[in-house]
Amino acid sequence: MAELHHLSLAELARGLAGGDFSSVELTRACLQRIEAHDRKLNSFITVTAEQALKQAAEADARRRGGDAAPLTGVPYAHKDIFCTRGVRTTCGSRMLENFISPYDATVSERFNAAGLVMLGKTNMDEFAMGSSNETSYFGPVRNPWNTDCVPGGSSGGTAAAVAARLAPFGTGTDTGGSIRQPAALCGITGIKPTYGCVSRWGMIAFASSLDQGGPMTRTVEDAALVLNVICGFDPRDSTSLERPPEDYARDLNASLKGLRIGLPKEYFGAGLDPAVADAVHAAMREFEKLGAVVREISLPNGHLSIPAYYVVAPAECSSNLSRFDGVRYGHRCDKPKDLMDLYCRSRGEGFGPEVQRRILIGTYALSAGYYDAYYLKAQKIRRLIRDDFARAFKEVDLIAGPTSPTTAFKIGEKTSDPVTMYLSDIYTIAVNLAGLPGMSIPAGFVNDLPVGLHIIGNYFGEARMLNAAHQYQQATDWHERRPAAFA
Amino acid sequence: MNWETVIGLEIHAQLLTRSKIFSGAPTAFGAEPNTQACAIDLGLPGVLPVLNKEAVRMAVAFGLAVNAQIAPRSVFARKNYFYPDLPKGYQISQYELPVVARGSIRIAIGDSEKIIGITRAHLEEDAGKSLHEDFHGMSGIDLNRAGTPLLEIVSEPDMRSAKEAVAYMKAIHQLVRYLKICDGNMQEGSFRCDANVSVRRRGEAKLGTRCEIKNLNSFRFVEHAIEYEIQRQIELIEGGGKVVQETRLYDPDKHETRSLRAKEEANDYRYFPDPDLLPLVIEPAFIESVRESLPELPEARRERFMTQYALSPYDAGVLTASQELADYYESCVKLVGGEAKLVANWVMGDLSAFLNKEGKDITQSPVSPELLSGMIKRLIDKTISGTIAKKVFELMWAGEGDADQIIEKHGLKQVTDTGAIEKAIAEVMAENPTQLEQYRSGKGKLFGFFVGQVMKKMQGKAAPDQVNALLKTKLQP
Amino acid sequence: MALSQEEVLAIARLARLQVPAERLPALARQLSGILEFVAQMNAVDTGNVEPLAHPLEVSARMREDEVTEPDRRAEFQAIAPAVEAGLYLVPKVIE
Repeated sequence: MAELHHLSLAELARGLAGGDFSSVELTRACLQRIEAHDRKLNSFITVTAEQALKQAAEADARRRGGDAAPLTGVPYAHKDIFCTRGVRTTCGSRMLENFISPYDATVSERFNAAGLVMLGKTNMDEFAMGSSNETSYFGPVRNPWNTDCVPGGSSGGTAAAVAARLAPFGTGTDTGGSIRQPAALCGITGIKPTYGCVSRWGMIAFASSLDQGGPMTRTVEDAALVLNVICGFDPRDSTSLERPPEDYARDLNASLKGLRIGLPKEYFGAGLDPAVADAVHAAMREFEKLGAVVREISLPNGHLSIPAYYVVAPAECSSNLSRFDGVRYGHRCDKPKDLMDLYCRSRGEGFGPEVQRRILIGTYALSAGYYDAYYLKAQKIRRLIRDDFARAFKEVDLIAGPTSPTTAFKIGEKTSDPVTMYLSDIYTIAVNLAGLPGMSIPAGFVNDLPVGLHIIGNYFGEARMLNAAHQYQQATDWHERRPAAFA
Repeated sequence: MNWETVIGLEIHAQLLTRSKIFSGAPTAFGAEPNTQACAIDLGLPGVLPVLNKEAVRMAVAFGLAVNAQIAPRSVFARKNYFYPDLPKGYQISQYELPVVARGSIRIAIGDSEKIIGITRAHLEEDAGKSLHEDFHGMSGIDLNRAGTPLLEIVSEPDMRSAKEAVAYMKAIHQLVRYLKICDGNMQEGSFRCDANVSVRRRGEAKLGTRCEIKNLNSFRFVEHAIEYEIQRQIELIEGGGKVVQETRLYDPDKHETRSLRAKEEANDYRYFPDPDLLPLVIEPAFIESVRESLPELPEARRERFMTQYALSPYDAGVLTASQELADYYESCVKLVGGEAKLVANWVMGDLSAFLNKEGKDITQSPVSPELLSGMIKRLIDKTISGTIAKKVFELMWAGEGDADQIIEKHGLKQVTDTGAIEKAIAEVMAENPTQLEQYRSGKGKLFGFFVGQVMKKMQGKAAPDQVNALLKTKLQP
Repeated sequence: MALSQEEVLAIARLARLQVPAERLPALARQLSGILEFVAQMNAVDTGNVEPLAHPLEVSARMREDEVTEPDRRAEFQAIAPAVEAGLYLVPKVIE
């Protein structure tokens, strides 16, 4: 049973269904790998071994009872931003260091209902604010491909855990690239669905109009299977879309003949590592071999996405994080002398420097006299960015490019200057501002570090993106490469 | 010096929904602390608001009732500030685009009428409560009220006196109760008001600096607080000082307003559209369905009472003060089968007096429309006299049954037997020879004395017109 | 747009964040750097562009007026830092 951790989700589902192994055996194997390897990665904040084995036993019983869903008994790693009833949910922050959630996120509920097994809660940038996982109160996560490097962020814990084969798959959330960028840096597959497809109920908010949960998996097919579990209408989320459920795996094997892929010329300017550009171009040649037509397109306002994002996201976060005040839950300072002291110290102690910076920027951008110049201006640019995409999707079916301008960088390399760090999300952020679906898949290596290919679809175009990406993975083996230290 | 006062009111009406505006927690008043605060009301991490349709319906109903515009698209915004009774650190409210805009309401001040403009009415959530009993130097926070739907009704600065302000507040109070969107209970805080008050020298076009007075939860307080505030501002200016724009708190015990500067500090609410809530779109069909379900409104009902029942404007106004009172009145008229004025006199007279004395409202009256109309019928068919009717009413109030039972049991039937009345007259004349002589020698005023004596002798049961007629002839020399 | 240390302190107070004095110079520098970066937005004319608050321009869905939430005070207060008699405790609120 030693090799269970190499199997894809689809293979695990088949194995469980065929009785080749039980969920308890599989879960135990995953817990053993976490036990053996996570000290090198720090990808988990909380490991829920006991609960996992219990859920696994229940899954096995359910399967014996003939009542199993496709992924019943499959273990997963859950980003510590999703509330899990009775389990500590920290959001990577000292503020919630001891917060035991009294309720489940919709995504957690859906996993429970489908009989999946939660291995634990993964490390992340504090409140999902970061691109390197270095802002976590629980210490940085390391990249399995090179433990001196960051795994990306904010869903770095899940990315590292999945890349190192500690978990068959995991969850992430993506506000400006937090699923796709760590997926790229760790050599795995990650998808951020169209805004409104995955319920945000119980997903601790960073920037409400941008946040979207999604799967982080080894293969595209796996991502489709997980989307089938987590997507769907939720009456508790006003921004959840009322659409009929869809099978995200339905088009995986369709032909790519005639598929039009646009390559934005603006993506290939200064700041992009030429070796990453080469990998993207090589991937385009592969798509052409599969029958797709690749052409250059233009997204003229793309360069404004980071400035607009660093107004919109902090503005929303400054308000979203006001609830952490030391009164009803979370960190409370010792012996507050008055109300002001309670607020200022609880929040000053509970939030780390990056979270504080963003709260301050957002507070400033919304404050009297600055609202129009910052917040309103950013919302207008947001429309320009969305309109760019709308124009592009009149000409092409998918847009492709690099997920991140570079491969994984060294821990500590970008921590001194926030703006430098922000630039690592230059290709992903526009997708969130527009609410489009986007994904990253492995597309090569530079100096033994993975390169991610970014694919952007039109609204609700997930099945088409997954089709293209799956066909690419049938023709290449980048997604099957494993970090040597975690073989 | 001649001063003019300018007043605008912001009224907060708690809407009578079962559940909260953004959560499924109950809104009932008076529960144990924090037992009606769900995850959403507590602002737990990850929770999200979903708008209550009924709250929207109620806001639209109000808008229609004040002939306002219903915004086809309105936006919920966050008003950001830190306060322990505000769990999320922001209040969900409407800012730039409210659901109701530009309406008006007619108010009566004495015999004259005036139209007060309503700038806007918007939906928002109420906050919790800070309890100041001492918990080892700490305050306790109860979030049961957090998330209760509020309609904030903002008037134009159209009022010129405390009396007008009270009349306006009463008109809105009456309206929201007619619409059944608010119970109007001011003690429990479901209807409360902030007043913006400024003064200027008469003839001046520019408004003076205003102060906002908070915590006004009775009509009396509104009147007193505004009057105090007007006086304070005038004295301040006349003494060479300047009014500072600020929030002031009314202290009902000391009858004064005082500055609330502490809370005023850093008043930057950083409004922005709530990204958790999409714009509220109200379709014309929805507005029409609300319009169709509107009850008859106070103004229309008052007009109708004047034409249909030939009541004076004053009587019609009193009887339509609340829907329940107007309903009571109308069912009495219906049961009696007419005599609208007589019914009005009874409802506004004895019934109101008894209700007032016992601090009851019309819905708690022990005398139902059936009882009252039954008695009035006996009055009309002369079974009892007006004097006896008062006695019958008192006994009905005390629960002794209906008018017929009481008349029977206490033998209160009016005596119309001429013989009996003549006998009583004869006795009275014999017992009062001096008065008789005086009367006969021209002191006509004494006629009333004889009526009284005869009625007394007959325990009030004699038919008064009969007594009058018979006395007239018998007293002749 | 450079923020002075005093401005940073004022914003921090509005946001209820205690900023230790020794962190203030660096923080002012970093925030100024971010604002300067963000100022790139000013290069585009957005005179007749409508602001976009939400990626999907759809309208609010409403719920029926039903009570669905039971009392869970005991569970909710089990994670609270300070409660007494069912109330959350805070330093004295002065009105």
